[in-house]
Amino acid sequence: MTDGAVEAEVGRSRLRKEDARLLTGQTTWTDNIQAAGMLHLAILRSPMAHARLERVDVSRALERPGVVAAFGGSDLAEGMGSLPCAWPVTEDIVLPDHPPVAVDEVRHAGDPVAVVVARDRYAAADALEAVEVAYEPLPPVLDLEAALADDAPLVHAAKGTNRCYDWPMRAGEDFAAVRERADVTLKRRYHQQRLIPNAMEPRAVVVIPLAASGEYTVYSATQIPHILRVMLAVVTGVPEHKLRVVAPDVGGGFGSKLQVYGEEAIALAVARRLGRPVKWTESRSEGYLATHHGRGMIQDIEIAADRDGRLRGLKVDLLADMGAYLMLVTPGVPILGAFMYPAIYKMDSYEFNCTGVFTTRTPTDAYRGAGRPEATYAIERIMDELAAELGLDPVELRRRNWIRHEEFPYTSIAGLTYDSGNYEAATDKALALFGYDELRAEQRKRNERGDTVRLGIGVSTYTEMCGLAPSRVLRDLRYSAGGWEAASIRMLPTGKVEVVTGTSPHGQGHVTSWSQIAADVLGVPFEDVEVVHGDTRAAPQGMDTYGSRSLVVGGSAVHHAARKVVDKARKVAAHLLEASEQDLEFTGGVFSVKGSPEARKTIQEVAFETFTSHDLPDGTEPTINAEHLLDPENFSYPHGTHLCAVEVDTETGRTRIRSYVCVDDVGRVVNPMIVEGQVHGGLAQGIAQALYEEAVYDDDGNLLSGTMADYPVPSALDLPDFVTDRTETPAESNPLGVKGVGEAGTIASTPAVVGAIVDALRPLGVTDVTMPCTPERVWRAIHGEEGQA
Amino acid sequence: MIPPAFDYVRPGTVEEAVRALADGGEEAKVLAGGQSLLPLMRLRMAFPGLLVDAGRVPGLRGTRLEGDTLVIGALTTHHDVLADALVRRHAGLLAAVTATVADPAVRHRGTLGGSLAHADPAADLPAAVLALEGELVAVGPRGRRTIPARAFFVDYLESALAPDELLVDVRLPSSEGWGFHYEKFQRVAQAYAIVGVAALVRRDGGRITEARVSLTNMGATPLRAAAAEEALSGAADAHSVTRAAGSAAVGTRPAGDTSASPEYRAHLARVLTGRAVLAAAGMG
Repeated sequence: MTDGAVEAEVGRSRLRKEDARLLTGQTTWTDNIQAAGMLHLAILRSPMAHARLERVDVSRALERPGVVAAFGGSDLAEGMGSLPCAWPVTEDIVLPDHPPVAVDEVRHAGDPVAVVVARDRYAAADALEAVEVAYEPLPPVLDLEAALADDAPLVHAAKGTNRCYDWPMRAGEDFAAVRERADVTLKRRYHQQRLIPNAMEPRAVVVIPLAASGEYTVYSATQIPHILRVMLAVVTGVPEHKLRVVAPDVGGGFGSKLQVYGEEAIALAVARRLGRPVKWTESRSEGYLATHHGRGMIQDIEIAADRDGRLRGLKVDLLADMGAYLMLVTPGVPILGAFMYPAIYKMDSYEFNCTGVFTTRTPTDAYRGAGRPEATYAIERIMDELAAELGLDPVELRRRNWIRHEEFPYTSIAGLTYDSGNYEAATDKALALFGYDELRAEQRKRNERGDTVRLGIGVSTYTEMCGLAPSRVLRDLRYSAGGWEAASIRMLPTGKVEVVTGTSPHGQGHVTSWSQIAADVLGVPFEDVEVVHGDTRAAPQGMDTYGSRSLVVGGSAVHHAARKVVDKARKVAAHLLEASEQDLEFTGGVFSVKGSPEARKTIQEVAFETFTSHDLPDGTEPTINAEHLLDPENFSYPHGTHLCAVEVDTETGRTRIRSYVCVDDVGRVVNPMIVEGQVHGGLAQGIAQALYEEAVYDDDGNLLSGTMADYPVPSALDLPDFVTDRTETPAESNPLGVKGVGEAGTIASTPAVVGAIVDALRPLGVTDVTMPCTPERVWRAIHGEEGQA
Repeated sequence: MIPPAFDYVRPGTVEEAVRALADGGEEAKVLAGGQSLLPLMRLRMAFPGLLVDAGRVPGLRGTRLEGDTLVIGALTTHHDVLADALVRRHAGLLAAVTATVADPAVRHRGTLGGSLAHADPAADLPAAVLALEGELVAVGPRGRRTIPARAFFVDYLESALAPDELLVDVRLPSSEGWGFHYEKFQRVAQAYAIVGVAALVRRDGGRITEARVSLTNMGATPLRAAAAEEALSGAADAHSVTRAAGSAAVGTRPAGDTSASPEYRAHLARVLTGRAVLAAAGMG
C-alpha cells in the first residue's frame, strides 16, 4: 500500500485502451507503413532440407519487369555478419555461422537462397521464379538420436559433429545411489513435438534510409526493438547511433518475434545499398518455414520414490532439436526448463542433462513458455504414472510431495528460491469448482459398465519461473544481456502523464495496465495517462517483452518511477505551500498540510508550477519527471492447479474436453480482465499442443504441415468453456506483488489434457499417447500401438 | 502468397461465358465464389491464364421446383442454400451438409456449383449430391447437357465438365420424407473432413427399405458405399445397422496424409456410417 490511493485502479477490470485501434486495424501495423519510392523484397527459399548450392544466378530475374535489384547469398555476404546467438549456454558450445542468405549450403527447407527487389510485391513474387539455382542434394538430418551417431551426416560439416552442447546439472544426493535404495523407480520417454507459432500478424519489416546522414529507421513486427537495434548494428555494421528501431503496434508474437531475423538484416542491407525504402512482409506459409519453431525435444525422465509416494530423486535427459542454426536464444530454451522439472516438489536428488542437436529443420527458439511447458509436461505426466503405480490418487500424491505454504521461502533442489505460494489453497479451490469426487464416481461407473465413451481426469499442479531476470543469474547462465527494465514518467504541463516503458507490448495490454499502475501512485485519472513504447527514439532503454517479464519487471519499474515523481513533487509542493515535506500528506493526487487541509496542491498544479519554474526552491532541477531502471532480485513464481475432464470416444479415438477448471495464483492482479484473457489464450495454446498441432516433416525433411489447412490451430469452436479462478499470494520480490501471467495457461494445460486422456484409457491398458493426441493416435493406443500414428 | 498474373473477364450471359471459355482454351478457368480456386492460385498450385468470372451472369442463382425436382442455380451461395425453404423441404441432406461447410464468411462467398465443379473428394457437397442422385446441367458450345452425379466426379479435382462448359444448374429429385444425416469427422471445427458420411434413408414400419450412403474423402472422388447400402436394406435395429456399416469401406481407396492413415480412414468410414444411418433412420 502506498500513498493512499493504490487500490483505486490496480485490481479493476479496465477496458483496454489499445483495443480500439488493435481490433479495427486502424493503426501502424508494419505492413501498413508506406514510404515514397518504397521497394518490395521477396525471398527465394530452399525447397530442399539440405543441399550444396552449386549455382545461384539472379540475372534472369533482373530482366523481369519492375525488378530493381536481385542478390544471391554471396552478393550480400560482404559486410554482413552472422545472425546472432545471444545464449551460448556452455563454454564449448558449437556455434555455426548463420548467414542471412545461404552462401554455400542450405540447411533447412525455407533457408533463404536469393533476394529479389522490385517496385511492387507482385513483381517481386513473380521474379522469384526466374532465379536459377542448382542444388546438389545432401542427406537430411532429422532424427535426434541418429544425428549423434559417429557416422551421421552432418548439418555443419566443418564443425565435425551435430552435437551442439551438453549442459549438465547435479543437485543434492547422487541420483544413482538414491535410485538404488528407492522402493519404486519409473522411467518414461516423452516427445515434445515441434510447434509452429501462429501470431495473428505475420512478420514484416520496413527500412527507411535517410541517405544523406546515413541514418536508418527500421520498423519491424518484433517483440524486441531494443535488442534488435543492438544486434542489427553488430550484424550489418550500421553504427548503433544511426539506427532507430520501431516496433509499431505488433499483432502477437508468442516468442516467435523474440528474434533477430535474417529478413531484418537483409532489408537493412538492401536499403543501405539502394538508398531507398524497402518492405518485406511474410506470407503465412512462408512463415511456417522461416519463422522459428517451438518445442522439439525427446525427454527421458526417471523418478525414484518411497512406497508411500514420497519423491526421492529425479533424473532428466533431454535431446533438444536446435534445428539448422542457433538463433537468438535457441540453446537456452531447454535450459530454462532445467530449473522447472522439480516443479513444486521436494526431493533429495536431481540430475539433469540436455544435449542440443542440430538437424536440417527450421531453427527452434522461444515459444510461449519456452522450456517450462516441456518441463511441466514431463514431471506432471510421470507423477500421474507414479500415482498409478502406487495406487494413489494423483492429487494425493502431489499433496504428499509439494512444498507446504508455511515452508516459503523455499529453495528448490534446482536452486531457485520460491518466495511465496500456497499450493494447498489453489488445489482445494480447483477441486471444489471441478467437482472432483463426483467426476471420479462417474468415471468408475463408466469403467464398470464398459462404456464406449470413457471419462478421464487430468491434474496439473504447476509452477513456473518468470519475471526474467536477475542480471547476475543471467550472467551465470551465460546469457549475453541483462534482465533489467526501464521506465520513465513525464509529467506534462497540463497535468497529463506519459509513461515511457522499455517493454514492448504486442497484444498484452501494457498501455492499460501501466496506466493503472501509474494512476494509482500519482493520483491522476486513468484516462490522463498515455504509455509510450516500442520506439528506440522515444523509449530509449529497455529489454523488451518475453518470458512473462513485462509486468513483474517493467510494471514494477513504472511503479518505482512514479514514486520518484511523487517524491520530487513533494519538495516542490512543500515549497509552494510553505510547509516542511514531513508535514505534507499525499492522497488521491493531492498534497495537503497535515492539520490544515485547505492548504493543498494537486500533483497537476505542481507539474504546471514546475513547467513555469517561476517559484522553485533554490537549487531545484526544474522537473518532476523521473526514471527508474529495475534489476529484479529474483524470478517470480506463479503457480496453480489445473483440472481437466475429457471424454474419449473409444470407437473413433476422438477426445472431447468436457470441463476445464484452473485456479492460478499470479500474485496480485492489476487488471483481472486482462489476466483472464491471458489465461484463456494460454490454455488454448497448451491444449493445441496436447490435441492438435504438430509440425510434420517427411523423410526428406520437407515440411508437410506447410499451411494452416494442414496445421490445425484450434478455434473457439474446438475449445470448452473454461472455468478460471484465482488465489492471490503476493510475490515478495516486487512492490506490486505481481508474478506474471503470460505463459501460465500454456505451461499448465498440456499435461492436464494428456493426463486426462491417459487416465480415461488406463483401464484399457494405455499408459501414454504421443502428442498431439489425434483421434488416430488415441485409437491406435487403445489397440495397443503405443499411441504412435 | 501472391498468385501469378492472369487475365480476367466478366461475361454478362451464359453464352458470353461459354465463348470466353472456348476462346481461352486450356488456360481458362471459371471463377465462381473463388473459395477453392483462389487459395490454390495464391499457393501457386493452380495458374490459369484467364479467369472467367461467372458472378454477374444472370439466372444462375436461386432455387425453383420443376415437378418433383428441385433445381438450384449453380451460383447459389452456401448461405443461400442454407436459408432456402425449398432446399430444406426437398433436399434436407443438402442443407445439413452445407451447414458443415467451412465458416460463415466462406459460406457467403462459396457456391454450390463451384464446390461441385472443383470436384475435391475432401469437400462435403459432392457426397451430398451423389447421395441425392442429383444431375448436373452444363452449357457449352455444343449446347446443353445433363450429367448424372455418379458420372460427374471423374477423378481427384476432375469433373466431367469440358474446359469450355459452364455448370448452370444442379437438379435434385425431391427426397422429401427421407431421413438424412451427415456425419463429419474433422481435426478442428473448420477443417476438411478426415472422413464424412452422408446417409439418406427411407423406412417403412421401422424397417429400412432403402439406404443411400455416400462417403467424403474415401478416394479420389466421392463414393457410394454400395455394399453397405445393400446390407442396410431391411435392417430394423441398431445392431443390424452397425453390422451392415461394417462393409462401408468396401471398394474405397482412401489416401494417407498428415491427418489420417488409409487404415484409420477405413475404420472411421465404418463407424461413421453406422452412426449416420442410425441418426438418419431415427434409430439413434
